Amino acid sequence: MLYREAGQFITHYRADQRLFRLRQDRIGFYLLLASAFVLVPYCGNDYWFSAILIPFLVLSLAGMGLNFLTGYAGQLSLGSAAFMAVGAFSAYNFNLRVEGLPFLLSILLGGVVAGLTGVIFGLPSLKIKGFYVLVSTLAAQFFVQWVFTNFAWFSNDSSSGVITAPPLDVFGLDLSSPAGRYLLTLTIVTALGLLAANIVRSELGRNWMAVRDMDTAAAVIGIAIPKTKLLAFAISSFYLGIAGSLWAFTYLGTVEPHGFDINRSFQILFIIIIGGMGSILGNFLGAAFIVLFPVLMSHIANGLLVGVIDSGHLENFQKIVFGMLIIGFLIKEPNGLASIWQTFTQQLRVWPLRY
Amino acid sequence: MSFFFEVLVGGLLAGVMYSLVAIGFVLIYKASGVFNFAQGSMVLFSALTFVSLLERSYPFWLAFVLTLLIMLVLAWVIERWVLRKLVNRSPITLFMATLGLSYIIEGLAQSLWGAQVHGLDLGINDEPFEVLGLLLSQFDLFASAVAGSLVIILSLFFNKTRTGIALRAVADDPLAALAVGINLQRLWLIVWGVAGFVGLVAGLLWGARLGVQFSLSLVVLKALPVLIIGGFTSITGCIVGGLIIGASEKLAEIFIGPYLGGGIENWFPYVLAMLFLLVRPAGLFGERQIERV
Repeated sequence: MLYREAGQFITHYRADQRLFRLRQDRIGFYLLLASAFVLVPYCGNDYWFSAILIPFLVLSLAGMGLNFLTGYAGQLSLGSAAFMAVGAFSAYNFNLRVEGLPFLLSILLGGVVAGLTGVIFGLPSLKIKGFYVLVSTLAAQFFVQWVFTNFAWFSNDSSSGVITAPPLDVFGLDLSSPAGRYLLTLTIVTALGLLAANIVRSELGRNWMAVRDMDTAAAVIGIAIPKTKLLAFAISSFYLGIAGSLWAFTYLGTVEPHGFDINRSFQILFIIIIGGMGSILGNFLGAAFIVLFPVLMSHIANGLLVGVIDSGHLENFQKIVFGMLIIGFLIKEPNGLASIWQTFTQQLRVWPLRY
Repeated sequence: MSFFFEVLVGGLLAGVMYSLVAIGFVLIYKASGVFNFAQGSMVLFSALTFVSLLERSYPFWLAFVLTLLIMLVLAWVIERWVLRKLVNRSPITLFMATLGLSYIIEGLAQSLWGAQVHGLDLGINDEPFEVLGLLLSQFDLFASAVAGSLVIILSLFFNKTRTGIALRAVADDPLAALAVGINLQRLWLIVWGVAGFVGLVAGLLWGARLGVQFSLSLVVLKALPVLIIGGFTSITGCIVGGLIIGASEKLAEIFIGPYLGGGIENWFPYVLAMLFLLVRPAGLFGERQIERV
């Protein structure tokens, strides 16, 4: 009854083009932002910040990156973690080697380097399609990991390639407390999330979807395929690179190249499958699921099945459930949690009537 | 110079092992257009099952037959509960479903049989001996003999038997195949069963070489460049691709590796496959696809 568009007339093109056309949606979004920025830092505790909220936000950002490439532009990738590693390691090196470079700028530069790397590994996609693109992203995955493990220069000659977070001060504020790191991550993710929501409804986003749905047809109607595909790789890797920096600096604090192995790439792919391909909201839902699911499983195991099930079994069991969930989603809800949410709001609009 | 040939032959024989995994892929891709990421976990699952049965003192042949039966049941379950529900979906969706499948099979294999490394002894000597001044391993020769006979059996199966011809019809045009009364679901079951069999053979050989352990499921990633070079639809391509990848990765590791700090084996096949694709986008033996709007 409350959630409906009755009485809201659109009289300007500007109003027609807003991100949330429904006033209730806008209010809800502002409330969500306000509580995330104000309420949560006051109420949350360190465990929630460090173990749940920060990884959730970073993985959402990484999901966005992969979603541009796979969900919108239709190019499969198993190399997401490689671009995260490039972002993290180049941000670290910029910060280390350029005197007085602000922290945020080094993260940004890290993202740019990741984006350029993405373009290089995206080049083969101009000649090849479908599963063949997988090989190029796998090449990125293994090559990047090899580079950071084998050349100690990238990790400032530390043993086994570990890098440590630079001091987290932004505009003179020290943000190294859990709440500070949370706010830093939240600010970056919010800004990039809004940017993402606007990219995918711009001309570029529409071109991506045209290429995804049928690239031959897209070429026929005059979309420049090489530019569209390479921009997908660039922007996707830029987002992944920034997510990588945040993962290394605000979440973990120290990271080794092994932390960005192929399992991380799978994890990000699962985020977008479960959350929803081709949806910005889906990344957040998928990331929340991926972060909370193992926590929930171990709580259930500790609460109900004490002594019955050990951690090794639990891990295997988790794997099985995960696999089943993925197949279940692909069969029943191919557009993921985001489409469940969409159906829900659609029904809420006519509630309590049926249509 | 003899060292060069030794590396080359060693690489070629190692490549045969990659081909064995790649054949399983091609079988399924040909018949159903599914890029089966779970092939690696099928290799792991079958090898683990076989070893665990051996350790429970079943005789060799019985363990083999039982494992084969279990793989057939697995194929049936996959066909019934996954593929049938995903008919007519995009190849990417099917690929991601097999990704989920690989998680299930891996989890299942390890919770059924444990995660520790099992040794597997096929009774074949792995000690090298000398032929014409080259050091060869009996095991490698055995593996290539198995791979060779597998290819011959499979190509006979595809070209001479009724089922094989039906399979080729399905690969060519599923709709037309349905129209002439070919039972698609039965064929899928057969092809996944055969892929399970190939997986078992690959699993036994890989398991005897590396020990039966979790990392077996990762050979799937090495099989990918093999497929790319050979083409997704050709069994001959698998063998040739496997030989190229095996030989070039070993040669690169020995002769280029030292200049780059070693360990290039991990990424070299992918980069090679990538360069290869720029010249021949459909692989050596793959079919070029014609696109229509």
